[in-house]
Amino acid sequence: MATLTESTTASPGGRNGAGVTVRVLLFGHYRDAVEAAGGDASGALQLELPPGATVRDVADALTAREPRLGDLLARTRVAVRAEFADPETPLEEGDEVAFLPPMSGG
Amino acid sequence: MILLTQEPLNPDDAVRHVMTRADGACVQFVGVVRDHSRGRAVTGLEYQVYLPMAEAQMRRIVDEVRNRWGLACAILHRYGPIPVGEAAVVVCVAGAHRGEAFDACRWAIDTLKAEVPIWKKEFAADGTYWIEGDESLPATTTNDPAP
Repeated sequence: MATLTESTTASPGGRNGAGVTVRVLLFGHYRDAVEAAGGDASGALQLELPPGATVRDVADALTAREPRLGDLLARTRVAVRAEFADPETPLEEGDEVAFLPPMSGG
Repeated sequence: MILLTQEPLNPDDAVRHVMTRADGACVQFVGVVRDHSRGRAVTGLEYQVYLPMAEAQMRRIVDEVRNRWGLACAILHRYGPIPVGEAAVVVCVAGAHRGEAFDACRWAIDTLKAEVPIWKKEFAADGTYWIEGDESLPATTTNDPAP
C-alpha cells in the first residue's frame, strides 16, 4: 500500500544536496485524513522534495496521495519552523512544515 | 507567565503571578468546558496543540500586553481531554486601574483564539467533531474523552 512517507522524486535529497527532506505536521480533521491514509498517529510525516521546493509543493505532494487534503492551502495558514510562513516560502533540509486549520483554542 | 499543561488549571496561580502592590485591578478570564455547543449536547472536549508554536505565540501575547498597556499578563492553557465544568484557559491581567486591565484581558483572549495553534475536538451526543474556526467537521478518530 502506498504511504505518505514515500519519496516524491526520483532523486530525493540527502547528503548529496539534491533535494530536501522535511517533516510535515497536520492538525484537526486533516490529521485524521492522514492517519486513515497510512500516516502515523502523531500527525507527522517525512517528505522528500526536489531542490527549491516550497510549502506549496508540500501541499501538492500531499494532495496527490490523499484527495481529502486538496483544500489544505485554501483552509489553512502555514508555518515553517514554528513561525507563520506562506505558500511560496522555500524549504531547507530538516524544516518542519505545519498546516494550521482555523484555530479553536480558548 | 505562560503555561501549557495537561493537568487541571489553577486560576489562582495566574493571579499570584501578575499581582503587585502597585495594582488596584485584576481581570481574569476563565474559559470552561460547557455541556452544549451549536445545539448539540457535549460530554467533553479534547484539545490538540502544536506545542512549540503555541508557546511562542502565547509568549508574544504576554509581551504585547506589556508593550501596549504596560501590564503583566499570565496565560494558562490546558490540552488533552478536559471534562465538562473544568477550565481550558485562564487569562489574567493586573494593572493600577480596571479600564486598561479589562481592555488588555479582552484583547489577549481574542488574540489567543485567533493566533495560538490549538484545536478542540468535541465529543457530542451525536458524534465527534473537530472545531476549526466557525466550522465543525466530523472526526474519524473516536477516542472517548477521559472521565
